[in-house]
Amino acid sequence: MINVTNIRKDFPILNREVNGKPLVYFDNAATSQTPQQVIDVIVDYYSNYNANIHRGVHALSQEATDKYEQARQTIQKHFNAAKAHEIIFTSGTTHGINLVANGFSSLLKKGDEIIVSAMEHHSNIVPWQMLCERTGAILKVIPMNLEGELLMDVYHTNLLSDKTKLVFCNHVSNALGTVNPIKEIIDAAHKVGAAVLIDGAQAAPHIKADVQALDMDFYVVSAHKICGPTGEGILYGKEEWLNKLPPYQGGGEMIAEVSFEKTTYAALPHKFEAGTPNICGGIAMAAGIDYMNAIGFDAIASYEHELLDYATEQLLAIEGLKIYGTAKEKTAVISFNIGVIHPYDIGSILDKLGVAVRTGHHCAQPIMDFFKIPGTVRASFSFYNTKEEIDVMVAALMRAKGMLE
Amino acid sequence: MTIKEIQADIVDEFSMFEDWMQRYEYMIELGKSLPIIEEQYKTDDNIIKGCQSKVWVHADLETDKLVFTADSDAIITKGIIAILIRAFSNQKPQDIIDANTDFIDEIGLKEHLSPTRANGLVSMIKQIKLYAIAYQTQLG
Repeated sequence: MINVTNIRKDFPILNREVNGKPLVYFDNAATSQTPQQVIDVIVDYYSNYNANIHRGVHALSQEATDKYEQARQTIQKHFNAAKAHEIIFTSGTTHGINLVANGFSSLLKKGDEIIVSAMEHHSNIVPWQMLCERTGAILKVIPMNLEGELLMDVYHTNLLSDKTKLVFCNHVSNALGTVNPIKEIIDAAHKVGAAVLIDGAQAAPHIKADVQALDMDFYVVSAHKICGPTGEGILYGKEEWLNKLPPYQGGGEMIAEVSFEKTTYAALPHKFEAGTPNICGGIAMAAGIDYMNAIGFDAIASYEHELLDYATEQLLAIEGLKIYGTAKEKTAVISFNIGVIHPYDIGSILDKLGVAVRTGHHCAQPIMDFFKIPGTVRASFSFYNTKEEIDVMVAALMRAKGMLE
Repeated sequence: MTIKEIQADIVDEFSMFEDWMQRYEYMIELGKSLPIIEEQYKTDDNIIKGCQSKVWVHADLETDKLVFTADSDAIITKGIIAILIRAFSNQKPQDIIDANTDFIDEIGLKEHLSPTRANGLVSMIKQIKLYAIAYQTQLG
């Protein structure tokens, strides 16, 4: 059970006002808010042990290195990775995807096939298109139905073949909230010898993924969606795959030995961590994960589903409101439009009333094209939101509707 | 009327509104009532794609003055376009080049002109200025 009153006390930002109204923050799928416990960790880092890591013999450097490597272990444990060095610190999900896409440039040849899902974020489309341009590989798309669910039959029968080398799919769609059947996607891809990258950016706030149980090859996550800071994230990669991929960026930290004739690369994870990393970011990311685990992901999921069901019911009572993404399995994300009112107009008025939602195409233009709409209003809920806040949003929507119709 | 005079008029009008609701209602009215671009000009060449809303803008030179027509798929964006057009259309290119958009801050709509809003308005103003520079060069 979640004690939301107590939890809200951990988030200082939830006390502020916007445009003279108490903030109602429903843009959690874009970024989560930061609890005091994580803010304290950030302050502590810069106040007490800020130093460059893996290099110095002095005490501060050792302390910072220990904390950073402990953070890696916390994250390893959270996702149940077999080894700590399978966790590569990145600047976020996009970085992780680009690292893998770049690595595969040297492993793919003309005519190889890559499969992506129809409901990807631009960050999980563009790097693969670039990869295809570089290698001559062909990009294929798993289509979806009007509920926002992938057509798995098409994936199994028409798309997968011995030419398939890579499959990319988000665990949860950012625009629709659909939870995709990633186990089925992974198992089928493995049968034809293809590697799979799962974009966990939208899943991580709601679902604790077990990378071994799911037999993931690659999983990418951003810290700022799980109560951590921006500019930080991880790439999980199976050791054998990470060893196969060439380094992404050259620099300090990622080398074993350098001469002008030849450089040998460092072992995992450092091979992929060139330069001074976001040390504080990594430590704070682990703190965010600790914070969420202390509440418990089962409790979070069940409370968020309660919010989702309540909000769905309340929203559907608004005449003319249509929800996009009605998959059976979805997280606490509702994308919608009211009649032909433009989402930007609704978002602008909601903002005036203190309600923060996302509007637009959510960096998923192919989805908007599929539904033939310019964009949607997206309300996304977190474990610190309340039903009362949903009531405020519904009242604000009624007001916006009255003004705009 | 000069651009400055028109802008002063708009600021005057907006000062009568008591709160944001009235300002927005007025803009929505403006947005709804104005057919501000001919369909033939709603082409891909004239489109400014923001992440949030789309804006079309078209310019014609009538003797020595520039006449702008524009449109948007979002009504609030369209209302702001109506205000911008009122200020900048039917003016000499050099006057448009010299003018600024500070009056938008004064009427409390600043946030819609933030580059981060990505609603196409900032690019639209840039486009209006570019048209003015191009036609000014042409006029010599």
